[in-house]
Amino acid sequence: MGIELLVNMAYVVAAVLFIFGLKMLGSPATARKGNLVSALGMFIAVIVTLLDQSIIDFKWILAGVVVGGAIGALVARRVEMTGMPEMVALFNGFGGVASLFVGWAALYDMHDAHTFVLITIVLSILIGGVTFSGSMVAWGKLSERISGKAIVFGGQRVFNILLIIAIIVSAVMFTLSTGPATSIYLYLVIGLSLLLGIMLVIPIGGADMPVVISLLNSYSGLAACAAGIAINNIILIVAGALVGASGIILTQIMCKAMNRSLSNVLFSGFSAVSASGTAAKIEGEAKAMTAEDAYYVLEAAASVVIVPGYGMAVAQAQHVVKELQELLEKNGAEVVYAIHPVAGRMPGHMNVLLAEADVSYDLLLEMDAVNPRMETFDVAIVIGANDVVNPAAREMEGSPIYGMPVINVDMARNVFVMKRSMASGFAGIDNPLFFKENTRMLFGDAKEMLGNIIKAFS
Amino acid sequence: MENAVFLAFILMLSIFLGFELINKVPATLHTPLMSGSNAISGITLVGALTSAGAEHSTLATILGTVAVAMATINVIGGYMVTDRMLAMFKKKGGAK
Repeated sequence: MGIELLVNMAYVVAAVLFIFGLKMLGSPATARKGNLVSALGMFIAVIVTLLDQSIIDFKWILAGVVVGGAIGALVARRVEMTGMPEMVALFNGFGGVASLFVGWAALYDMHDAHTFVLITIVLSILIGGVTFSGSMVAWGKLSERISGKAIVFGGQRVFNILLIIAIIVSAVMFTLSTGPATSIYLYLVIGLSLLLGIMLVIPIGGADMPVVISLLNSYSGLAACAAGIAINNIILIVAGALVGASGIILTQIMCKAMNRSLSNVLFSGFSAVSASGTAAKIEGEAKAMTAEDAYYVLEAAASVVIVPGYGMAVAQAQHVVKELQELLEKNGAEVVYAIHPVAGRMPGHMNVLLAEADVSYDLLLEMDAVNPRMETFDVAIVIGANDVVNPAAREMEGSPIYGMPVINVDMARNVFVMKRSMASGFAGIDNPLFFKENTRMLFGDAKEMLGNIIKAFS
Repeated sequence: MENAVFLAFILMLSIFLGFELINKVPATLHTPLMSGSNAISGITLVGALTSAGAEHSTLATILGTVAVAMATINVIGGYMVTDRMLAMFKKKGGAK
C-alpha cells in the first residue's frame, strides 16, 4: 500500500506539471520553459513507475528505452523545420501503436475478466490502431511517398460503413467471448482498426492535411486515455485527455478557417465539393513582371505585407524572405507577415519556418489583424500561397471555397504573386486574384525570385 | 463499478481542463503546441513500462518492450523537437 500511494502521489505531481507546462505554452515568452516543465512531469512519472514494485525485469525496459531514446533523439535533431508536419505525423503514429500494445498486453495481465476492463482494452486497441495506420498514411502523403491527392473510389462510403459495423461486431464479440475465441476476435479488431485508419485518411487531400494532423494528434491522446482506463492508471487518463482536448480544439480552429464542417473534411474530399459548383469563367489575362520591376515598386513602398504559403516551405525560401524584410526595413518600409490559419501543412507551420529564419514573432500577424488594414499596404507579396488568398471565397458564389475566410491581398495597392506556374492550388480552383488589375505575377522558384529582387537592392 | 465512476470523473474533468488550457494558445504557437502535446501523449510509456517490466507471459513482455521503445521515441523526440522549435521563437527587443 505504501509504495502504491507514493507512486500515485507522484502521478499527481506529474499531472500538475503537465497542466502548468501547457499553460505556459500559451505565450511565446514562457513556452520554452513550459515545455521543460512538462518534460519534467514526464520524467517523474516514468521514474516512479520504474520504482514501482511490480516491475522486475529492467532488462527489457532498458532495451526499449535505449533503442527508442536513440531513435527519438536522432530524429528530433536531424529533422528540417519544413519537415515538421511529417515528423509530428510519425510520432503520433508511434504513440498510437504504443497504446495499442499496452492495451493488448493488458489482456494477458488480467486476473478476472470484467466486461468493463475488456471494453477499455478493446477501445485502446481500436483507437491506437486507427491512430497508427492513419498517421502512417498521413506521413506518406506529407513526405510525398504516396500521392498527396485525395483518393476516392466508388462505394467508398458503403465500404466504410460496413467496415465500422464489422469493427463493432468483432469488438462486441471480443468482450463477450471466452477462451481461444477471444484471440481471434482480438486479431480481427486489430486488423480492422488498422484498415479503418487507412480508409479515414486516404480520401483527404493535401490542403486538408492540417485538419488530419490535428485530429490524429487528438486520437493519440484518446488512445493513451483508453489504455489508462484499461490498466487503471490515472496519469495516463489525465495526460491523454489533455492531449485529446488540445487536438480537438486545433481541429476545430482549422475547420473554421476553411469554413467547412469536420464531417465535410473527413468524408467528402475536395472533389465531391467542387462537382456542385461550375463557377463562372474567369476573364482576363495574368500580367507577369520581372524581378527588376518588382524592385522599383518595392523600393518606393512604405508598407509591405508578406503572405507565405506552403510554396515558401517547398522552396525553403524563409531565409531569403527574412533578408528581403531587412532590406525593406532599412529602406524605411514597414514589413509585416500575414499568416492564414491553414497556410502550410500543419497548424502554425509558417510561424515555425519564419521563426527559424529569425523573424521576430510580433511581426507575424493573424488574418483578422491584417484584413481590416489591407488597403493601407503599398505592396502585398504572396509567396507560394494560393487558396488562402483567393478572392473567389469572397465574391464568387458557387466557388468550392466560397465563404472561407481569406487574406484579402487583392485590396492592397499592389499585389505580387510568386508562383512556379499558373497551375491551380491544391484545391484545384482557379484564382481570380491572378487576373486583377493590381496583380503582377512573378513566375519562377520563390527562392530564386526573391534572390533576384535582393540583388537589385544592392 | 465504483472505480469506473471514479475514472470517468477524472476523465471528464481533464477534458474540460484541456479545453480551457488550449483555447488560450495563440496561432503562432500551434505547431509547438502540437508537438509538445504529442510528447505528452507518449505518457503511454508509463503503461508500457508496467507491461514490459512485470513478470507476465512472454507475449506481454514482447508487446510491452516494443511499446516502451515506440513510446520513448514519442516522448524523447517530441520534447526535443519542441524545445528546438521554441528556442527559435524570438522577439527582437527594441530593434525598432
